[in-house]
Amino acid sequence: MPATHYLNNGHGLASWLLTKDHKRIAIMYLITISVFFFLGGLMAAGIRLELATPEGDFVQSDTYNKFFTLHGVIMVFFFLIPSIPATLGNFLIPPMIGAKDLAFPRINLLSYYIYLLGGVFTIYAIVAGGVDTGWTFYTPYSAAASNTNVIPTALGVFIAGFSSILTGLNFIVTIHRMRAPGMTWFRLPLFVWAHYATSLIQVLGTPVIAITIVMLGVERAFGFGIFDPSRGGDPVLFQHLFWFYSHPAVYIMILPALGVQSELIANFSKKKIFGYSFVAFSSLAIAVFGFIVWAHHMFVSGISTYAAMVFSFLSFSVAIPSAVKVFNWTATLYRGAISFETPMLYAYGFMGLFTIGGLTGLFLATLGTDIHMHDTYFVVAHFHYIMVGGAIMGYMGGLHFWWPKMVGRMYSEFLSRIAAILIFVGFNLTFFPQFILGYNGMPRRYHAYPDEFQVLNVMSSAGATVLGFGYLLPVVYLLWSLKHGEVAGPNPWGASGLEWQMTSPPPTENFPVTPRVTTEPYEFTPHVPREIKVV
Amino acid sequence: MFGHVSPLKVYIGIFAALMVLTVVTILVAYVDLGEMNKVVAMGIASFKATLVVLYFMHVKYSSRLTKLIVVSGFFFLAILLTLTMADYGSRQWVNPPAILQ
Amino acid sequence: MHADAHGHAGHGHGAQHPALQHQFETMGQQKEAAVLGMWAFLLTEVLFFGGLFMAYMLYRIWYPDAFVAASTSIDLKWGALNTVVLIGSSLTMALAVRAAQTNQRKATVNWLILTMVLGTVFLGVKVIEYADKFEHHHVPGPNFVWAEPGHEAAGADAGTASDHAVSAQEAANLQNHTQIFFSLYFTMTGLHALHMIIGIGIMLVITWQAYSGRFSSEYYTPVEMTGLYWHFVDIVWIYLFPLLYLIDRS
Repeated sequence: MPATHYLNNGHGLASWLLTKDHKRIAIMYLITISVFFFLGGLMAAGIRLELATPEGDFVQSDTYNKFFTLHGVIMVFFFLIPSIPATLGNFLIPPMIGAKDLAFPRINLLSYYIYLLGGVFTIYAIVAGGVDTGWTFYTPYSAAASNTNVIPTALGVFIAGFSSILTGLNFIVTIHRMRAPGMTWFRLPLFVWAHYATSLIQVLGTPVIAITIVMLGVERAFGFGIFDPSRGGDPVLFQHLFWFYSHPAVYIMILPALGVQSELIANFSKKKIFGYSFVAFSSLAIAVFGFIVWAHHMFVSGISTYAAMVFSFLSFSVAIPSAVKVFNWTATLYRGAISFETPMLYAYGFMGLFTIGGLTGLFLATLGTDIHMHDTYFVVAHFHYIMVGGAIMGYMGGLHFWWPKMVGRMYSEFLSRIAAILIFVGFNLTFFPQFILGYNGMPRRYHAYPDEFQVLNVMSSAGATVLGFGYLLPVVYLLWSLKHGEVAGPNPWGASGLEWQMTSPPPTENFPVTPRVTTEPYEFTPHVPREIKVV
Repeated sequence: MFGHVSPLKVYIGIFAALMVLTVVTILVAYVDLGEMNKVVAMGIASFKATLVVLYFMHVKYSSRLTKLIVVSGFFFLAILLTLTMADYGSRQWVNPPAILQ
Repeated sequence: MHADAHGHAGHGHGAQHPALQHQFETMGQQKEAAVLGMWAFLLTEVLFFGGLFMAYMLYRIWYPDAFVAASTSIDLKWGALNTVVLIGSSLTMALAVRAAQTNQRKATVNWLILTMVLGTVFLGVKVIEYADKFEHHHVPGPNFVWAEPGHEAAGADAGTASDHAVSAQEAANLQNHTQIFFSLYFTMTGLHALHMIIGIGIMLVITWQAYSGRFSSEYYTPVEMTGLYWHFVDIVWIYLFPLLYLIDRS
């Protein structure tokens, strides 16, 4: 381990709270995001506890509404959207492109504090009694009828949105203007391409939900009538504006994980990603196409059938670039020197779960089946397969892959594999039954259900318990590794990428001398295939 | 010195053009052109905006990337407006089958 | 990799510009990053205001008569004056940037001050307009009452064209739909005014920095960034003015 690195370069609270170092900011985000993750998980525990029995006997329905609303708000806006970009992206993008820091370090710090401020408003809303509108804040209930803390929560989301915008803006400028000499666009790691695409969405989409929240706020606070049907307003307009952002938002949540996945597959097959430029362009395609499919959330809201047909067709097309990635990863694995370290276990899990999640999305994009399954547990299962089976597994895989780089220590490979398996098993036990429940008609956002659904619900709640333990375990062994883990050298995985040329942990300025890049990405020492013995 | 320095008369000239166009747009509002009123009003506004973007904001002398950003902003706004109106505009077209009612 | 416009001779290790931040190699790279960053931010502003334009477009199509009536009730002279004032302030802002580009410290300060004065005039006029709306009960919410200026009594026989009979439903619709117009009017112009206040605040800082001699032809980026922001605010008004004041005055 080097004598001086970014973690011990400057001591005391002020040196952290006023830092401009992207790596320290990433660590601060990591800690805060983890707190929100467990808070959102607590809300999920409330949901699964209630749903273990058919009657609404754990909490009242109003309280249950608050559980699923806060679970959604916290997980979407305060965990998933910042997660990979603000932690791994912040930490890795400058070294991956050979830069000393992001383009705007002070804006990076500002974006952290803005995120924190947004979180404060949301926590206030929880303490003050919660909010029960669903994370989707549909009017007119949220604007007029709900008597819960809509405005503080919406304000928290609004503020956190600016954090997201500033992060995206910073990444776009950094990737355009701060690449080291020789680091052309097509020598960039796919992680960077994925974050570039994510940043485009953050910059273009987030302002629309921001203005939607402003309109909701003035309606609720001052009695303006923009969405009020009794005064000629249109609640469906709210839905159009809300989903114009919130659909691309799901791509904000998954694209960075897709970027992590490319890094893991390449580095643990010791092989360049098959079809590098296809994978790079597919990230951009997802970002652009993601903006023209939003009304597939509104098929039963009263939109025109012709519009529904158009949005359905466009929604099928957005699946194509995602599929391109899965095919290319598979082709990369073929005849690669694959291994099974913990980050790669998450990558394998990601492949299957993301695929299932994506395929089930097609059922929902199909008008006929969506009529049947909208607002049922099928939808809940679909998006959890992508967001948890996909995005969170990507986050965990990335965290485990780059942990030695960030802290200079290895964690216990034994415990980490146990955690990965617990998470995989617990996840499937939690969410697979929900596909069946939804298909059989169990609605979402209900605190009680008919008796015949109980067995599957108990399975789901049991799975959630396993999943919870799976997520708690890394907290233990990762923290333990900080003091007691085996010291990691600069490149414990034999991985490719400029970040592995820095020491572990890296110095504050990343590279003492700006690197000059002359090699293509994902270059590994020549791979000798195993001999196949012919008898 | 970085950046293009425009001569003073360019700025004065653009300002004069913007003033003239403002007067025109006010006067046209007093004339009944039916549907064309909207088109003319937005056309004039867009032309004024273009002048401000190109000359006051120096986009005429900026990089291709800057021009791309400006265009893409309005492009995505156009997507929001047109695709949403595609819903509202087509609601009268179709009698949905009974199952959707 | 961006090449420095002055070549190496002027920017060896000992001759770095004091405003060069550590993550950049050259002032040119820093300026390009700042310009790109500001444009990316303005992109977000286009989409931010864009949501309001979407709502406006829908309701104008749905309620054309109410929108015409409400728009015509707004005093045009203030809107026209404000348009001239704001475009004028864009001119003075552009001239402030030009002065900074050409090393004219005093002129930079003066043009910036003039821009702020014009911006404040705009806001003052807005106060007058808002006060007028308040007096006429045209502020949306529980106290909203639609009556055309000159007809203070509300109800079916006032505030509507005198030559056709009006049902109670139509009168109620007119109340509701003009209220939607004014909801959008206040949200759009209010948000715009907020952006102007922020812009003037930024200009106060920049003016002070210009006065202290911080800017020169080698480094005037903050002035240019402020200019970009202010021109954008002007562009929003260029669209708001015809949409709110000039729907149909024939």
